[in-house]
Amino acid sequence: MREKRIDHAEAASEFIASEEHVEFHDRRLWDLRKKRDRESEAIPEWEELRALASAIKEHTLTHLADYLEEFERNAIRNGAQVHWAVDAVEHNEIVLDILRTRSAKTLVKAKSMLTEECDMRPFLEKRGITVIETDLAERIQQLDDEPPSHIVVPSVHKLRQDVAEVFGRTIGTDPDNCDPHYLAESQRQDTRPYFIGAGAGMTGANFAVAETGSIVVCTNEGNADLSVNVPPLYIASLGIEKLIPRLDDLGVFVRMLSRSALGSPITQYTSHFRAPRPGTEMHIVLVDNGRSERLGMDDFWTSLKCIRCGACQNTCPVYRRSGGLSYGATYSGPIGVIIDPTFSLRKYSNLPFASTLNGSCTSVCPVKINIHEQIYKWRQVITERGQLPFVKKQAMQAAGKVLASPKLYRAAVEGTHVATEHLPRFMVYSRFNAWGRQRDVPEAPKQTFRQWYLKNRERSS
Amino acid sequence: MSSREDILGALRRNQPAARPLPDVPMFDADLPPALEKFKSSVTRMGGKVVELPHGADLTAFVRERFPDALEICSATPEVTGTRDLGAVRAPADLHDVDVGVVRARFGVAETGSVFLSEAELGINAIGYLVQHLVVFLDPKEIVPNLHHAYQNSVFREVRYAVLMTGPSATADIEGILIHGAQGVRSLTVALVPRAAEA
Repeated sequence: MREKRIDHAEAASEFIASEEHVEFHDRRLWDLRKKRDRESEAIPEWEELRALASAIKEHTLTHLADYLEEFERNAIRNGAQVHWAVDAVEHNEIVLDILRTRSAKTLVKAKSMLTEECDMRPFLEKRGITVIETDLAERIQQLDDEPPSHIVVPSVHKLRQDVAEVFGRTIGTDPDNCDPHYLAESQRQDTRPYFIGAGAGMTGANFAVAETGSIVVCTNEGNADLSVNVPPLYIASLGIEKLIPRLDDLGVFVRMLSRSALGSPITQYTSHFRAPRPGTEMHIVLVDNGRSERLGMDDFWTSLKCIRCGACQNTCPVYRRSGGLSYGATYSGPIGVIIDPTFSLRKYSNLPFASTLNGSCTSVCPVKINIHEQIYKWRQVITERGQLPFVKKQAMQAAGKVLASPKLYRAAVEGTHVATEHLPRFMVYSRFNAWGRQRDVPEAPKQTFRQWYLKNRERSS
Repeated sequence: MSSREDILGALRRNQPAARPLPDVPMFDADLPPALEKFKSSVTRMGGKVVELPHGADLTAFVRERFPDALEICSATPEVTGTRDLGAVRAPADLHDVDVGVVRARFGVAETGSVFLSEAELGINAIGYLVQHLVVFLDPKEIVPNLHHAYQNSVFREVRYAVLMTGPSATADIEGILIHGAQGVRSLTVALVPRAAEA
């Protein structure tokens, strides 16, 4: 079956239509980026930590099978039960089976990109399980029937009046009361009975430590700790790339995660789940879902180093002005652009073009993934495999011919100011010029650089 | 077991050439005095720091700090609450407690975190289901940074361990900071020496 290609620019036009939203989104995420800078600059060893984090992840990924076996051995010794899922379908079935076997009808869960990737919630809900997202932003997204738009701040594209509207419609708050304190308190009150009565709790994982068999989860709300420490059954689902070898390594990653994500020295809760509480069960589901295949891709395997801090999203000018939902994928922004095509090259073939290749993502990445270089490489792969959309292909072929010939190039550049001055708008801003859609083409100078250079060189010689 | 073998097999087929595992330094040269750094870190993360003298009446301290509290539950014998933690059967039973009291094993200066495990919490949910949490910490038991924290073998021994840093917080609505998202609304770290072992 041919999957429909996501048109990022088209989807973004919906978000861009509201100036108030775009302006806030841009400002809020840039603020997180600035806070990240303040934190990283306050730590003299920051660059050394990045190099360590990258090296630890690369070591782990090049020995991943061994570390998974070590992790499994230790987790079982601790009293946890370990499950393996090759893909999303198997993951969801394993979770459903665990819940059904223990007659758990309500699942309280912390935020997990993996369960989003697996589309787990609708799967369980269709089979009679009540699933409650307990992170405030993730709950907002659940109640609005939207996926998260950001890895760390899932509802960052919404303003307070949007939240008031969603809560008014779903949990019975006053839709005209937009006070964030009122809205947050309302969600707290609405969620607490679920914590108290749930048959099972679930988290993802930020890290899984091979030498101890521990699952490490970082939250600010304490919702993961409530999800695990109140119900009698705990399920942790994680992608197999979350492994790190030692507790020593945890120091490196925990020091960098929240600093990179939100510009705070640590999340309020850094929680280590090593063994079930007496009388309860702990299950760990290790999920592949394309990761082992990605590990074999020479140019792209290092994307598996990602610790999901979202720093690349916060710094990306395209992401900040188009919103995460416009990517039409679980992972958005620069990291999404290099991961998503591994799930479906056709469906996500437009995404690597949603970038200016400015390299800012690479320079803030705490595990030193060469994100912008991988974006560029994906463009090549997509072109080679014939997945370039028609309009882009025509434009690239024309540009290729012009750029390959100095004569054609000069003629084109010299004609630019004539074109923008004299061509009717419909020709400059046509559907063949995607660039002109949200932008006014700047007025071109009357003199080209070459003309200026020739004239000035004559003068100076 | 076939999914397990499939995954491990695919990983072994696809894994790139081995890269070495580096040692992690302690990064502890030229650090600021631990106690001062700890106090400023807790405050920054939204917690409150109180310093109490050795031998202070800790039950009276908690009472005075939360005069309206109806239910106080303490996991440390240093405070007598209204709810006996030993008699609590299920974690959910703590849902109507106003103030929880615990003593942390150690603190981390760099981040303002306190370490708690099931050994300190008694029932883990006391750290989250109650409205306000008071944590006692011996000012002598503060390590300089997270690298030092993870040297502690307690992480290898306990079922549950948390580095708790300030109260439950969210900034999910327009970046406005709100304390008391799902967990405790306030966190008070009371610096008071541990009573000498009898």
